[in-house]
Amino acid sequence: MIRKLLTGNGAAAWGARLARVDYIPAFPITPQTEIIETIAHWIGEGRMDSRMTTLESEHSMITSAGAAATTGVRTFTATSSQGLLYGMEMIYTVAGWRAPFVLVNVSRALSAPITLEPDHNDVLAARDSGFLQIHCATCQEVLDSVLLAYRLGEDEKVRLPVIVNLDGFYLSFTREPVEIPDDAKVDQFLPPYDPGETRFRAGDPISQGVAVLGGSQYSYFRYETHLASLNALEIFEEASKEFEELFGRSYQPVESYRTEDAEVIFFMMGSFATKAKDAVDRLRSVGRKVGLLRPRLLRPFPAKAIVRALAGKKGIAVIDQNLSLGKGGILHTELCSALYSMADKPVMVSFIGGLGGRDITREEFYEMVAVTMKAIETGEVPTPRLLYGKEELIQMKGLQSIAKVEQRKGRGKR
Amino acid sequence: MKESSLKSIKDLPSTHVLGPGTPTCAGCGALGAIKIFCDILGEKTVFVNAAGCMTLLTVYPFTPFKGSWIYTAMASAPAGAQGVRDALDLLIRKGRLKPEEDLKVVVLTGDGTAYGMGLSSTSSAIYRGLDFIYICYDNEGYGNTGHQFSAATPHAARTATSKGPEGYQRYKKDLFAIWAAHRPAYVATVAGTEPLDLARKIEKAKDLKGSKLFIAFSPCPTGWYFEPAKTIEVGKLAVKTGVWPLKEYIDGKVAHTKVPLPKGKRPLVEEYLKIQGRFAHLFSPTRNENVLEKIQAGVDAYWESIV
Ligand SMILES: Cc1ncc(C[n+]2csc(CCOP(=O)(O)OP(=O)(O)O)c2C)c(N)n1
Ligand code: SF4
Ligand SMILES: [Mg+2]
Repeated sequence: MIRKLLTGNGAAAWGARLARVDYIPAFPITPQTEIIETIAHWIGEGRMDSRMTTLESEHSMITSAGAAATTGVRTFTATSSQGLLYGMEMIYTVAGWRAPFVLVNVSRALSAPITLEPDHNDVLAARDSGFLQIHCATCQEVLDSVLLAYRLGEDEKVRLPVIVNLDGFYLSFTREPVEIPDDAKVDQFLPPYDPGETRFRAGDPISQGVAVLGGSQYSYFRYETHLASLNALEIFEEASKEFEELFGRSYQPVESYRTEDAEVIFFMMGSFATKAKDAVDRLRSVGRKVGLLRPRLLRPFPAKAIVRALAGKKGIAVIDQNLSLGKGGILHTELCSALYSMADKPVMVSFIGGLGGRDITREEFYEMVAVTMKAIETGEVPTPRLLYGKEELIQMKGLQSIAKVEQRKGRGKR
Repeated sequence: MKESSLKSIKDLPSTHVLGPGTPTCAGCGALGAIKIFCDILGEKTVFVNAAGCMTLLTVYPFTPFKGSWIYTAMASAPAGAQGVRDALDLLIRKGRLKPEEDLKVVVLTGDGTAYGMGLSSTSSAIYRGLDFIYICYDNEGYGNTGHQFSAATPHAARTATSKGPEGYQRYKKDLFAIWAAHRPAYVATVAGTEPLDLARKIEKAKDLKGSKLFIAFSPCPTGWYFEPAKTIEVGKLAVKTGVWPLKEYIDGKVAHTKVPLPKGKRPLVEEYLKIQGRFAHLFSPTRNENVLEKIQAGVDAYWESIV
């Protein structure tokens, strides 16, 4: 085992290298590109016995990833944002093929307006596809999650592709000390991919992705795939137990931080949860009973573990770094459905924050606790709100008046 | 290039690799061509399909193919072929697949895909030197969705989206030239109704390394409005009148493999047009001399330019 300072992207590449992936179909996009550049460099130096093919689009990249996994090789790929959406037709398709491979998505907010910084609308667009989703908060977790993802996706009770998600910039380009496990131990944890009977070879033909006639067969295959996804809950627990024995790090489907005696819980995903942890520590030091619950697995959704962790809590501040336009926060919706039949369920307050990489400040975490406490006391749940400061709004108005002046100037010229 | 062992139609296999009982329409010209491909390519194949009529060849739990099959999507069958080919190569190199278990990777798409949505993925696959066979069955329209015009629809044809008195106004895209411009290993136009020419071309190309691309003329009774029994006649006339040139590109050169009779001796294009409902408006209620002349002139000019 060695320790290195790695970016989130570097950690993802290391995960692929340690997993001894055979095949990497690729296409560049910020902020993911460092992953494929790193892997290309290692292949060039002979440190990875793999093949990388640069496709002409993510639609093609995901097609070839699924086709290669179906042919029987361990496959890795990576994308972000517009790339994930460009390939969305195939995201659903390859999940239906039950082609297990790992796709690292480096979250970046979606166009329009076009931007480079992160939120989770990209990866959540793949929420219902059949891909499993693991969301990371640290660089170490990125590396470890890639290894766990192969164990999970390749398990014969699951056989599904997996997205490992990390936030662009905040994690992709942030260096943290990362333990790189020994090859031999990784090999023990992750034996070579065994595709079983479902792979292409002469003399043993199979048909993949075939058409069905009618809803009966369609329903059967779709629901079967749903059940396979749910199987991953159990397999995750098994695999993470083994992972802990070998590497000493423990991963639960949901991370609980200082939740035991907490009354108010932050509920959120991704690297911004580390900001919440900091706020929890500070609030704890002045006697506030707060904690953090962070779903690591989003698909399958670990509803039972979440219900268990939230039993007896008074209030939850759900922080969505995404926005379902015309509805609201997606995590909030998911959490409400999970807790609906719980007796004495906590009050759930919805906050939208961190869109397009906007920071969430310490003060805002404090404020969210205050708002949630008030809702607990009064029993009145406020309407969902966007984390947006007064100063910020003044600046935005300033920009808008400049834009108006510029527009008028432009018209004058014509 | 060695002499073909296929001298006459009698040399073609008499038992077929593609099984019977497919759900295509009676008289489907595309299926006729695909059968010959299967006969010559054999069983060690994996067909990578894009959305179109032929997607329904394999409907759970049946397949007429003796080899493997994967349906991808409309735009990205060549990328699927890339993934399969790369994976097979890796497995063989790493000793996880015996060389004799290797497969020929065959993309099967319609013209809608080949001339349009799939052009980018095809261009890129050829550019990367992908070792594969591409069969485009060209029924000159989006057949599976009810025969709307595609970039392969010929001038004046009526389709579900070109129903006006003049039919389709644009001209068929020259996919052969586009493909050949990539300098692949092999490109050919073929027709299921010219089995010997077709079989010889597959034979010639199948073991070449690189991209081997075929555009197969595929008379479509359902979309072109003719009796299923007339498929052969339509196909034969397309070649005889010079509407569908049979040619190949290899080693940087284009050669015609079957040249129609000279102008004046070969049948007029209208012989081909008038047996199809999609061109009926050119003949009744009145003959559209203008358009007929224009189409004839186009075909004549083509053959003048190549001899
Ligand atoms: C992305 C996408 N858009 C549209 C369709 C609908 N669609 C299915 S088959 C088809 C026509 C394909 O035409 P062609 O390639 O010529 O094949 P044919 O139907 O003629 O066999 C279309 C438009 C689809 N399946 N996928
Ligand atoms: S519509 Fe045309 S191409 Fe499609 S199956 Fe029928 S005859 Fe064949
Ligand atoms: Mg067509």
